[in-house]
Amino acid sequence: MTGLDDIDRRIIVATQAGLPLVADPYRAVAEELGLAADEVMRRLRAMLDAGVIRRIGAVPNHYALGYRANGMSVWDVPEADIGDLGARVGALDFVSHCYHRPRHPPQWPYNLFAMVHGRDRDEVARMVARIAALLGPADRGHEILYSTRILKKTGLRLVA
Amino acid sequence: MDALDRHIINGLQGGFPISERPYAEAAADLGIEEAELLDRLRRLTEDRLLSRFGPMYHAERIGGALTLAAMAVPEGRFEQVAELVNAKPEVAHNYARDHRLNMWFVLATEKPERIAEVIADIEAETGLAVHDMPKRQEFFVGLRFQA
Repeated sequence: MTGLDDIDRRIIVATQAGLPLVADPYRAVAEELGLAADEVMRRLRAMLDAGVIRRIGAVPNHYALGYRANGMSVWDVPEADIGDLGARVGALDFVSHCYHRPRHPPQWPYNLFAMVHGRDRDEVARMVARIAALLGPADRGHEILYSTRILKKTGLRLVA
Repeated sequence: MDALDRHIINGLQGGFPISERPYAEAAADLGIEEAELLDRLRRLTEDRLLSRFGPMYHAERIGGALTLAAMAVPEGRFEQVAELVNAKPEVAHNYARDHRLNMWFVLATEKPERIAEVIADIEAETGLAVHDMPKRQEFFVGLRFQA
């Protein structure tokens, strides 16, 4: 989005790690930035409407909630059908991210990525079997890449 | 974590109001008091059951660029390569995965042209190929983690 200005960016920097847990959090952010509370709320609403903010609420730590297995399922599906297939896979309630990405043949024949979180690998495998059933003959090959270690996780951060 | 914690986590993963007293409004929807919701959210974030509470921003719509990249790293060099890759501030996440392509990382840059520069640097420093897999399309997901 090109419509973001410096004030929007300051609001993003002030809220990207979370809202203050006080009764009037937007006023607290406004005071910290030397702005009016109405101005902060108006800009946050505009960013929400524009999709700059995906949503506002609780961001669960899925590992702490017991979702210990994280499987990146990757699929070789016909390029011509990927819009429809991706939409159907993304609609499954256990898929947390779903993307069309480029193949890198011959090492990497897969073009559809669906991230699945489960309590253990057996649960992830059952979920992936449901994706395979949904795709039917469009599934020309797939794999599950389990994460074995988090090497770095700082998240996306704008700098002030 | 008790039933009320679960109710809060499951019920508040989106739609938090933008208003003068948003916690009071959200608490009313959950059938509890504002002070109780604030206490619970403080504890859930302190205990790390929530990563945070607030807006989830969409990086590309802020003007930055993101990509997913993968490398096949020889087992004996894995730690050394991880150190080189992680040293780049543009690397936001990096995961070891059980595949021939065994290192998967997300690059996030404020300027789109920076992605190719960082990939070229990593290839030069490690002598290994980096497979760039930028998303072509993102499919809507309605996921809510059940606590």
